[in-house]
Amino acid sequence: MANTDAEVASRVAEVLALFDGVEAPLLEILHAVQEAFGYIPDAAKPQIAEALNLSRAEVHGVVSFYHDFRSEPAGRHTLKICRAEACQAMGGEANVRRAQDVLGIEMGGTTPNGIATLEAVYCLGLCACAPAAMIDGRPVGRVDRDVLDTLLAEAQG
Amino acid sequence: MTTTVYIPGDSAARAVGADRVAEAVAAEATRRGHDIQIVRNGSRGLYWLEPLVEAAVDGRRIGYGPLTPGDVPALFDAGFLSGSTHAKCVGSVEEIDFLKRQTRLTFARCGIIDPLSLADYEAHGGLAGLRIAAAMTPAEIVAAVTDSGLRGRGGAGFPAGIKWKTVLDAPGATKVIVCNADEGDSGTFADRMIMEGDPFVLIEGMAIAALATNATQGFIYIRSEYPHAITSMRRAIVRARAAGVLGQPLCDGGRAFDIEVRVGAGAYVCGEETSLLNSLEGKRGVVRAKPPLPAHHGFLGRPTVVNNVITLASVPIVLAKGAAFYRDFGMGRSRGTIPIQLAGNVRHGGLFETAFGITLGELIDEIGGGTLTGRPVRAVQVGGPLGAYFPRALFDTPFDYEAFAAKDGLIGHAGIVVFDDSVDMMAQARFAFEFCAIESCGKCTPCRIGAVRGAETIDRIAEGVEPEKQKALIADLCQTMKFGSLCALGGFTPYPVMSALKHFPGDFNVPKRLQAAE
Repeated sequence: MANTDAEVASRVAEVLALFDGVEAPLLEILHAVQEAFGYIPDAAKPQIAEALNLSRAEVHGVVSFYHDFRSEPAGRHTLKICRAEACQAMGGEANVRRAQDVLGIEMGGTTPNGIATLEAVYCLGLCACAPAAMIDGRPVGRVDRDVLDTLLAEAQG
Repeated sequence: MTTTVYIPGDSAARAVGADRVAEAVAAEATRRGHDIQIVRNGSRGLYWLEPLVEAAVDGRRIGYGPLTPGDVPALFDAGFLSGSTHAKCVGSVEEIDFLKRQTRLTFARCGIIDPLSLADYEAHGGLAGLRIAAAMTPAEIVAAVTDSGLRGRGGAGFPAGIKWKTVLDAPGATKVIVCNADEGDSGTFADRMIMEGDPFVLIEGMAIAALATNATQGFIYIRSEYPHAITSMRRAIVRARAAGVLGQPLCDGGRAFDIEVRVGAGAYVCGEETSLLNSLEGKRGVVRAKPPLPAHHGFLGRPTVVNNVITLASVPIVLAKGAAFYRDFGMGRSRGTIPIQLAGNVRHGGLFETAFGITLGELIDEIGGGTLTGRPVRAVQVGGPLGAYFPRALFDTPFDYEAFAAKDGLIGHAGIVVFDDSVDMMAQARFAFEFCAIESCGKCTPCRIGAVRGAETIDRIAEGVEPEKQKALIADLCQTMKFGSLCALGGFTPYPVMSALKHFPGDFNVPKRLQAAE
């Protein structure tokens, strides 16, 4: 579901208005734009750049630097699996392999039907309840095989 | 009579079902006509018991856990609202050994109070430090923090008072307090627990820092991976503002101080203070060369204090009880208490706040109870992904900045990740390089290129391509990264790599199968 340039322009203008007078607001604006569209549309960058008196390259550079900002929409559900050390110690990598097998995609990919996105995350702060995952922003701990399968079903729904 | 039932709203408790348990308790109480009030407290930090439900009975808190929603009807049948026993009753929570052995100064209220009730916060000693600070001069506050011996709990261990004095003495119309809540180290969650379980203590600590440095502007930079902490801090700030703790002068002739939450965007390197400042300014989170120090030239060029959550959250008690009270805990140059986080493959994982000086062995074997899998502990990584791997032979090391440094390790943000004997230390060393490559900001070459070359070199060991030569190459590369990188990401990646090579050489012993191509 692509947004027309006119839609992008009007919603980005609304976001920009919210941050009028806020100091150094670029990251906050990008979070709000991503919240609105699910990603940062290319068409939004020159508009943001002009409002903040930055170059398009500077805005693009910021978008591309951070793992959170997407250049295209994610699937309907996003499953993040923690790959950091505390989760590794509790079998987190087996969860990564199983999720990739079941969904048929690599980390960072989205299923061809556009339903599920699978991503790596490095620490959710749930390290005493490892291994951990997050589905659509909801943290999940003690992700054993059964819990993972429930999450994978949810991600495909 | 209304019974108060505590069910943590902490995100790790929620991650293992606390919300569903809370719903079940509320529904069951309604069905049975019991008059209860549910408080979503922070976690006590006894994570193996989460979700841990507590009933307040005759001034005591009787705990039940770990609970599932299915346990709830039986809990009511057993009469848990009056503290009756049940198979999952753990008795009076305060009497649990893991909690009883702690010295909770920074975490004094976490898990006990309603996190968003300022009245509850005050009733448990909150705001006492701020009131005392409001009657002191900035120089006196700085002196108290310096005398307490409080060092930066984010990992660098730099004395907080000296940083504050630099900002106090720096010229500038606007000064800034930045709280670094970009807690990205695996095995750590103390910052998250405070922000979710006792957010006012962080606000109070920042307000004291503002009084000490004449700062008017405050930011809490929270990583996006912590959505509940972000919500909790934002709500607490609104309440603190309404109560006049923020947004208006706290003493005659003082200046108003206010705080804004800013959210990170998934870059580990932004936990480094200068890249955090760039990120806060809306730029790419690349590291800045020092000097100039952030204390002179920080957020938008203004004199800026950048302190970790735990550092700032420890300030109120220093002011409330006095520098000497705090300084009297600890050993050597490590004064006060340290909230240690036990994580990974450990039976009793959670938060253990104690005076510096406890040994690694006591922490892992006695307090942590060994591994959750029941297999022998083979290695522990202390201090996050940039911390060293220690074998059992080093378990007599006391928790102290200098003692860890003397053994080529670091305490970092005091997270300990436990591994059992199934761990492959060569894979862990490779991961350290890989993580550095993923998260490098790209500004300096030793980190940007070194991390990639390091991972490739370990792959060659695994393939049996002249393993001894590769090991020498890794040692050389680590030397370059350690001394040539701009910040701790590239500079400390050698710690996990070299400690794995040094203490677990057998895991790198691959028979020579191939000759290198060059």
